[in-house]
Order: sequence, then structure tokens, then C-alpha cells
Amino acid sequence: MLVTILDVLLAGLLLGGIYALIAMGLSLQYGVARVFNVAHGEFIMIGAMVTWTFYTIVGINPLLSAVISGPVIFVIGFFLYHTLFRYLRTKSITHAAFESNSMLAAFGLLFIIQNIALIIPRWGSEIRGYTYLASPVNIGGAIFAANRLVTLLVAVVIGLAFYLFLMRTRMGKAIRAAAQDAITARLMGININLVLALCFGLGALMAGLAGVLISMCYPIHATMGLEYTIIAIIVIVLGGLGNIPGSFLGGFILGLVGSVVTYFEPGLALVAYYLIFMLLLILRPAGIIGK
Amino acid sequence: MSVSDIKTGFSYKKLIVPAVLGLILVLLATLPVYTPSYTVVLMITILMYIILTVSWALFSGPTGYVSLAPSAFFGVGMYTAAILGKELHLAGMVIAGGLFSFVLALIIGAITLRLRGIYFAMFTFGLVVLIQQILLWWEITFTHTRGRFVIPVDNTTIYYIMLAIFVTLTLTVIFIRRSKYGLALQSIGQDEEAAAHSGVNVTLVKVFTFAISALFMGAVGAIVATRWTYIDPYIAFNPTFSFFPVLMSIFGGMGQLYGPYLGAAIFAYLEELLITNFEYYYMLIFGIIMVITIVFLPSGIVGLIQKWRMLKWGKGGLAKDDANT
Repeated sequence: MLVTILDVLLAGLLLGGIYALIAMGLSLQYGVARVFNVAHGEFIMIGAMVTWTFYTIVGINPLLSAVISGPVIFVIGFFLYHTLFRYLRTKSITHAAFESNSMLAAFGLLFIIQNIALIIPRWGSEIRGYTYLASPVNIGGAIFAANRLVTLLVAVVIGLAFYLFLMRTRMGKAIRAAAQDAITARLMGININLVLALCFGLGALMAGLAGVLISMCYPIHATMGLEYTIIAIIVIVLGGLGNIPGSFLGGFILGLVGSVVTYFEPGLALVAYYLIFMLLLILRPAGIIGK
Repeated sequence: MSVSDIKTGFSYKKLIVPAVLGLILVLLATLPVYTPSYTVVLMITILMYIILTVSWALFSGPTGYVSLAPSAFFGVGMYTAAILGKELHLAGMVIAGGLFSFVLALIIGAITLRLRGIYFAMFTFGLVVLIQQILLWWEITFTHTRGRFVIPVDNTTIYYIMLAIFVTLTLTVIFIRRSKYGLALQSIGQDEEAAAHSGVNVTLVKVFTFAISALFMGAVGAIVATRWTYIDPYIAFNPTFSFFPVLMSIFGGMGQLYGPYLGAAIFAYLEELLITNFEYYYMLIFGIIMVITIVFLPSGIVGLIQKWRMLKWGKGGLAKDDANT
């Protein structure tokens, strides 16, 4: 019994770590850069597929390849905001117009990235995966693959590092200011275009890193993006829109819920997510930790 | 149509528009007689997209509430056809599909009254996937089936039923746009609180319009199911059908009544062209067109037409713009 509980708990934490990362990324993009990036999951997919390619073809350690692919994804995200979304932001008359325009542009990006991935010769539409660090680890009778523990650890470390960056550095302060009020932040001498592009890039980076971790534990494929985007959306609502620490916690809560429900009735995990999501929207749209 | 019409009291314009519409209707009604069956099939797809898009724009255009629920109502219509197909006459089935969607929309509308902006969009999207997942789980756990068959109907009949839905929808849209009810709807989009203070029953107007738009989506779902003949939760509650109406409306432009029609028709035809010619690249090209549209044509094809008219005729072309954006 205890072993089962431990099993479910760890599976939940593992899921939660990944959810937390992708939700923090989306939270940065929506909460600060105001882009409701439905293509968020595509960056996860890129991270996962690139890692898989490096590992199976060249044999590069997934965590090492993250050091290369992470910055590349960051740069892609940064320039995407600096060109496309910045242009839309200056062109849109109202705030609401920008939100809907940028969401639609993100839909376009979703189709573009996903279909490029489908055309890439070795990626295709099949489900991929690889085994890495699959040696069993025994914790109190429950047996886990080492890769899951590594994944959880890395997710927590990235989350905490990012939190410290946000709270302890000048750039982090600028980001928080921009999240509260972009116009005032600009008046205070913050280079708002740089900060917003940085946030978008960092969001993409987190998605990419989450993709690397996902590829270590779960099967991956070129069309996996949207399902993770939807989960990220659920989590940021759970934590409160734009609340970055909230997204981190929300990720773990949702992961645990998912793992418990899966234990009893695997077919209902997604149903549980959506039910929580819709109930929250009606009852507590500010999120569980919001004011 | 010349520019002088606008100034004089009597104008050809008043006659020309109904005449053109009548001519289009006659052409559409006699279409199966003089065209190959491929055209009819293509027209069925185009009409499907037009009905979905126009009924989406019926509610979301003036109010500004972005609903991502179309595929929920579309799917309800499809499942109605699959379950009641044997018991009901074809027309009865289509009406039943519409009514079930209507009732579902009333319930959803009543629940989501408090939600604004992006929250409403997310809730309605969640609804689609929730229904899809519950149905999937139900089919696997209890009925041990995956998917259902729908009794097929010949294409000409499907076409005429679609045309009937299309005409009813168009009349509804015109009626709403010209009535006090339509004004109330637009006032909600501009400022909901102000509308409530000026005596508009905001709740009733919002929920009822949402339900009316769902009625048409359900009806079109029921008839499309007879063409697709096999449905399962992934086909019936496919989120794509929630996104397409939004894209098509924006592509067409929502400033004018005909925007969504134009957007849906062009988009549907484009889709057909791309699928047949570039099977593997079609979604990629689709995405590129989307980004280009958002960047260069933010007010859609309607915006482009108006710009062109403005260049040609001065400001006259912009007389009735920005009614509901």
C-alpha cells in the first residue's frame, strides 16, 4: 500500500515538474509579453525531437544536448517576438486587438512549425522514444527508473533558478515591472521591447528544456505540441494568469491530480484536468493562489 | 453601382443588392442540374464552412466574445445524426441536432455569464475537449465501441438541406443586424455595463444569441455526419472546427456582414486546392497564409476591399465601417 502511494506520488511529482516548467514558460509569454502563445507546445516538441535526434544518431547525452539546443530555441523565441509580435504590438490599436491578433499569429506558427517537423525526414509522424538512464532506483520499496528522478531534479532546479533570477536580479525586476504595467515600466526607463522579447525567448527556452526532459521519460512525436500547450493553459489558470510562482506550484498540483486519477481510472485523467479547469474558470478565475 | 447613388434618395443599390442575392440563390439552387457531381461535393464543404463561420460571427462578431465552442455544437449535431438517424426523418434529424445544440448552448451560456475575454475563450475550448474525452471514455468503458456509423444520404439531398440551412441562417443574420435586437447585441460588444444601464437585458440577449448560433452549428453537424458516414469523438469533437470559424471570420473581416461569408468561401476553396495539389504541405502553406493575413491584412479581405474603394472613390467607401469590431 505504502509502496503504491509512493509510486503514485512520485509519478505525480515527475509529471508536475514538467507541467510546472511548461506552464512557467507560457506564463512568461502570456503574463508579461501578452502573447497567448498557442504554439508553446511546438517549442516543447522541437526540444524533444532535437534531443532524440542527437541521442539516436550522434549519441549525445540528452542533458548535454540541452545546453546546445536550449540557447538556439531561446534565440528563435527572442527574434520571433522582436519581429512578428513586436510588429503586431505596434500595429494593434487596442490591447484586446493585440491579444487576439497575436493569438492568431501563434496559431499560424503552430501549423508552420508542426508541419515543418512532419516534413523533416527522420522525424515524421511516428511515435519516437529512446532509453536513457533507465537503470532502476529503489526508494523505500518503490522502484523508479533513474531518468525520472533526474528529470524531476532538473525541473525543480530550473524552476528555482528561474525564480531566483526573477527575484534577485535587475533584469528580473524589470520583467516583474513589465508584467505589472508595461507602459509605466517603459516610463521608468526600462527597455520594454528588450524585456518583452527576453520574456518570450525565456518562455520558449523553458518549453525547449521541458521538451528535453519529456523526451527522456515519455514517448514523443511531431504532433505532441498541442496537448502540452493545453496542459500549460490549464496550469496557468490554476496558478492565476501571469502569476509565475503560481504556475510553478500549479504544475505540481495538476501533476499529482493527474497521477492519482490515472491510478484509479486512466481514461479519466484528461477529463479531470478539464473539469478542474472549467470549475476554476467559473469559481475562481484568479487562480487558487491568486488574491 | 455608382457613387452618386449614395447621395440621391432613390438608388439602384436598394434594388441591386436583393437582385444579386436572388440571382446567387437561383444559381445555387439549380447548381446540381448543370454541374458535375464534384462541384456539388465541393459546394457542400464550402457551405459547411460558411454556415459554421457565419453562425460563429453571428454571436462573436458583435459581442466580441471569442467562442471556441463551435466544434462542441457541431459534434452534438453529428452524434444526434448517429443516434437518432434511424428513428427520425432526415429533416427531423437536422432539426433535432440543432435543438440539442441550442439547449446545450443555453446551459453553457447561463454558466459562463461571468466570464469575459480570454477566460470565455478558454472555457468554451475546454468544453469541446471535455465532451470529447468523456464520450471517448464512455465508449471504451461502457459500450465497448469506438465510433458510430451514420446512414448515408445522397449528395444532392445533403446539398439542398445545407442550402436550406444556409438561407435560413442568412435571413436570421440580416434580420438580427437590422433589428433593435441587433443594436442591443452590438451595444454589449461596445460596453456591456453601459448597455445594461440603457435597459438592454444583457443576459437574455447574450445567451439567446449564443444559443441561436449553436442551433445552426448543430444542424449543419447533423447533415455533415450523413456525408462523412463514420464518426467518433475525435472526428465529431475535433477542435479544428472551433478554430476555423474564428480564422475564417478574421480572414474575411468582421467589419461587414459579408466578411465571414467571403472568408469562409475563399478559405474553404483554398483548403480544397491545397489538399489536392500539395497534400503534404497544405497545413504548412495554410499556416504561412495565416501569419501573412494577420500581419498584412488585420481587417481581412473586407478591409482590403474598403481600402481599394477608398482609393477609387474617396471616402465614400468607408461610410458604414467599423460597425462591430
